[in-house]
Amino acid sequence: MDSIPSVPSLVALAVLAVAAALTFVRLAKGPTLPDRVIAIDLIGVLMVCLLVVMAGTTAQQAFLDVAIVVALISFVGTVAYARYIEREGS
Amino acid sequence: MIEWLSGGLFIAGATLALLAGVGVLRMPDVFTRMQASTKASTLGLQCLLAAVALRNPELSFVVRAASIAAFMLLTTAVAAHVIARAAARSGVALWPGTLVDERPRGTAGRDTDTTPHP
Repeated sequence: MDSIPSVPSLVALAVLAVAAALTFVRLAKGPTLPDRVIAIDLIGVLMVCLLVVMAGTTAQQAFLDVAIVVALISFVGTVAYARYIEREGS
Repeated sequence: MIEWLSGGLFIAGATLALLAGVGVLRMPDVFTRMQASTKASTLGLQCLLAAVALRNPELSFVVRAASIAAFMLLTTAVAAHVIARAAARSGVALWPGTLVDERPRGTAGRDTDTTPHP
């Protein structure tokens, strides 16, 4: 495939950056601990989205491997946070 | 043709992810925020993975994209459920406009589930 990035994938990168910025606002504001955990979880998913778009843009499959690892770690982290909230209360 | 299709899927997936971000910022309480972020971001990621697999139709890309899609479909649902259960048990207040609260009266925030969890 061509290595020139297409316009839609560049637009997608910009839109995903805006979504991550909005989520960071919730992470800073979040009145309770579960709000912040939800924001961190969504930031992990958005990071996976960014890596997938980068894989499509550059045609490098290494980005997809990194996306798999980030998804795994994000899931384990979310479950650990939820277990902590359940034990300690918010 | 393939270029147009994958471009449209890129835009659709990024827009859905933006919707998830807006939902997390604007929704009134923990549970509505959680469902907004989970559903919108799951569908957005599936769209982006389909776009990448269409743009690079090689076996290594398609297999990795399919495995990420299956893994995220399984884990985002489980993660959302676990966070919601933790929030409900730790007594996070519902939005004042909530119409139905199926927890027994007066027990909100208390652990009413008798099943042991490890």
